[in-house]
Amino acid sequence: MAFLHGATKSKSGGESALKKRSLTPYLLLAPGLIWLITFFVIPIFSLASTSTMVRPQGAQIGTYVQELRFANYVDAFLANQEQYVRSFLYAGIATILALAISYPLAYMIAFKAGKYRNILLVLVVAPFFTSFLLRTVAWSQILGDEGPVVTTLKLLPFFDDSIRLTATPFAVVSGLTYNFLPFMTLPLYASLERIDPRTLEASGDLYASGFTTFRKVTVPLSMPGVVAGTLLTFIPAAGDYVNAALLGNPSTKMIGNVIESRFFAVVDYPTAAALSFTLMATILILVTLYIRKSGTDELV
Amino acid sequence: MAKTKVSQDTGDLVLNRISKYYGDFCAVDDLSLTIPDGSFFALLGPSGCGKTTTLRMIAGLEEPTAGTISIGDTDITTQKSYRRNVNTVFQNYALFPHLSIFENIAFGLRRRGIKDVKDEVEKALNLVELGHLSERKPAQLSGGQQQRIAVARAIVNRPEVLLLDEPLGALDLKLRRQMQIELKRIQLEVGITFIHVTHDQEEAMTMADTIAVMNQGNIEQMGSATELYEAPTTAFVANFLGQCNLIKVKVQSRSGGKVVVSAKGHTFEIPESRVSSSNDALLLGVRPEKLRLDDKGVNSIKECVVTDRSFVGTSTQYLVRTPWDLELVVFEQNDEGLHDLRVGDKVSLEWDSEHTFGLDGAQDVNAGADLDDDE
Amino acid sequence: MSTQVIPRPSFSHRSSRWFSRNLIRIYAALAFIYLFIPVAYTFAFSFNDSGKSNLVWKGFTLDNWKNPCGAPQVCKSVANSLQIGVISTVVATILGTMIAFAISRHSFKGRKTTNLLIFLPMATPEVVLGASLLAMFLNLRINPGFWTIVIAHVMFCISFVVVTVKARVASLDPRLEQAAMDLYANERETFRYVTLPLVMPGIAGAALLAFSLSFDDFIITNFNSGIESTFPKFVYVSAARGIPAQANVIGSAMFFIALIIVIVGQVVSRQRKKS
Repeated sequence: MAFLHGATKSKSGGESALKKRSLTPYLLLAPGLIWLITFFVIPIFSLASTSTMVRPQGAQIGTYVQELRFANYVDAFLANQEQYVRSFLYAGIATILALAISYPLAYMIAFKAGKYRNILLVLVVAPFFTSFLLRTVAWSQILGDEGPVVTTLKLLPFFDDSIRLTATPFAVVSGLTYNFLPFMTLPLYASLERIDPRTLEASGDLYASGFTTFRKVTVPLSMPGVVAGTLLTFIPAAGDYVNAALLGNPSTKMIGNVIESRFFAVVDYPTAAALSFTLMATILILVTLYIRKSGTDELV
Repeated sequence: MAKTKVSQDTGDLVLNRISKYYGDFCAVDDLSLTIPDGSFFALLGPSGCGKTTTLRMIAGLEEPTAGTISIGDTDITTQKSYRRNVNTVFQNYALFPHLSIFENIAFGLRRRGIKDVKDEVEKALNLVELGHLSERKPAQLSGGQQQRIAVARAIVNRPEVLLLDEPLGALDLKLRRQMQIELKRIQLEVGITFIHVTHDQEEAMTMADTIAVMNQGNIEQMGSATELYEAPTTAFVANFLGQCNLIKVKVQSRSGGKVVVSAKGHTFEIPESRVSSSNDALLLGVRPEKLRLDDKGVNSIKECVVTDRSFVGTSTQYLVRTPWDLELVVFEQNDEGLHDLRVGDKVSLEWDSEHTFGLDGAQDVNAGADLDDDE
Repeated sequence: MSTQVIPRPSFSHRSSRWFSRNLIRIYAALAFIYLFIPVAYTFAFSFNDSGKSNLVWKGFTLDNWKNPCGAPQVCKSVANSLQIGVISTVVATILGTMIAFAISRHSFKGRKTTNLLIFLPMATPEVVLGASLLAMFLNLRINPGFWTIVIAHVMFCISFVVVTVKARVASLDPRLEQAAMDLYANERETFRYVTLPLVMPGIAGAALLAFSLSFDDFIITNFNSGIESTFPKFVYVSAARGIPAQANVIGSAMFFIALIIVIVGQVVSRQRKKS
């Protein structure tokens, strides 16, 4: 294969006097990139185009005309402000909880696990070999009114008989937190694992207590992992609707639920498109600001 | 399986006006070199001098920006590395981790379409005395063993030229000394031209028939170890090989095969054949072991002071300061006639003219000195 | 002989030290229990003698495991998911591996844009990916179905394949390929005998990742499947009235199969290092 030729010449530290076969990389990139352009980039434009369409008066459901009606965005946002805010709120809380739960776990695996490290990593990921849907349904049954948790709680004095856990914001946020735990744990582990334990020893040698070492050495060094983990958790969580659907009620609807129903239940593509686009734009802005603030460039 | 057509050239390896530029940076500058067939040749120099780049151009892993390389009558400058009759022992050995030792060694033979590899591989393994390891994987071998397998893998192909890119760098001292002797033995046994790249001057002097000292893309001097050590022609070579004292002097006269020079009121003589410059400003070079703590000779400096002393077992090393505040290094062998001086003692120095050499005075006295051993 | 006793820390001191040293291990154990709760629940209820609705425990039975296709839609949706998974994995792995090699080994114009294009799908919420693809299909009057699912899956898997394979290619010592060429292997042979075998574990890992992402995908699939059914879609739809226990069987079986594959992979790679 000709693409090896590039490796030898350019890796040895500079440009070769003759650059033959410079077509190879483009041939390698083409099929995959064309696929991504056709089925990722162009659909985004399709989405944008749909978002400004209008259903003409009296026309059949599902037929639209392009009228560049940007007011669609305003209408869609105003009608669904509550769900927007709720989505980012739930996603934010879930991310923070996931961080709180995962950090000690990742720390333990990175520093205190010894030779069991690999087994423990597998165990972190293993639960997610079952279907995402099945796990979430399982939670809805475990937290359900007939389930073990509620029955136990009813036995305790401070909870009255009308307590319920499913169909509550609590359940939705718990579901979100649970389902994205590995996305938080693995990047955290990866950056904690990279810390040379001798750095921590040096800190102790320089009079820092255990907690101070943690605060001033470990945490800053694990920042890339924290950034990666929070992004990998927050972004999908903000757009999720499965947890809200299975564990929530109509008053816990997230923006993902609205978009889904606008596509399939109430057929209103322009609104759905406008909502999706706004969601994507908001996330992109938040992510860019967050990355700029934490300074991590190389994410790919 | 396609059989790679490999050239069967033999003869001397000739580099003619080779240059290599990376953008504006010149790694190798108009270098010409002839390496006689069957010799053990060393390319010696500090890191960044261009020796590895030169080696890689011979191997075909880099292309020269200008110049030609030929083996015997054949110009191989543009030949791909897999067509050249040249093999390389890499610095980190580069053994294929997914293949057994046997398959590693057989690799080159198989690519050339040779079906029956067993005998050749066994011979190569026996040559490096590791016949019992043929079924293991590289990761299971020690550094020294990997190094020998890398040599076997190259030699089994009977190349015209074998290139060694600082192969002993990763080994500890004792193992390195052992391998130096081993490689020398193998080279004599097999009769292939070996080109050994190293920054370690002791290694080069121990192993090679001919050494070329490189500095910043150029060859400073080429010759046998003795020639380079006893009669260097540049300050770089003088300082790079062992230690050297260089004294700035002015020429007073050249006649009768002798050059008379002076410095700070002292007069010295250097044989004309050992002066490599016609300049009036020279550097007088004399090696520390050639200096004697006495004052009877033609060349002497009286009223010096000992400023430092270290006993290193085989000798005592003194730093002696001349009346004009130049510090000279003196090695006194640890046998009878030992002076056993202390710091602060007054002493005289003397030496024989035949032990000195004269270099062009325009050079930097410290060129080539105190260069850190890299890696 | 002196009868002096060597002082030892008191019991309460020792036990509090044990606690503070092992606090984090205790925490980790609790965390793992938490992680496995729904898995254990799903597994337990796969033995429920439940009939159609698996909401309440009715009794232990092995029937579900003996007859996993007992409930009508279960096996059909699993078969669909498997087919989609295999096709998507093959295509995404090939396309992604080619891109990974191009990025790691060559210089070309537009590197930053390419990296961005690879990164963006991973950073976009699934709702947006699914909705935009559906919008395009609708605008082009293409009916969503089996092949639109495959198209969508390949699209979001490519990025993950690229990242995984790229990491592996980057860790490959280029001097190994130089050594191969020094030993008379031309470019094609070097790739076949040295590069490919050494990158293969990365490619295999990428393929496994792509398959699991595809099999378990719900949101993007839901938007682009029309009436076609996949396993996650089936579970979602039947969640309200109660998922048949056979679905639990499938879920548990997937868990064990995946666990075995991973453990075998670990053991094999550890053995390769020792041998």
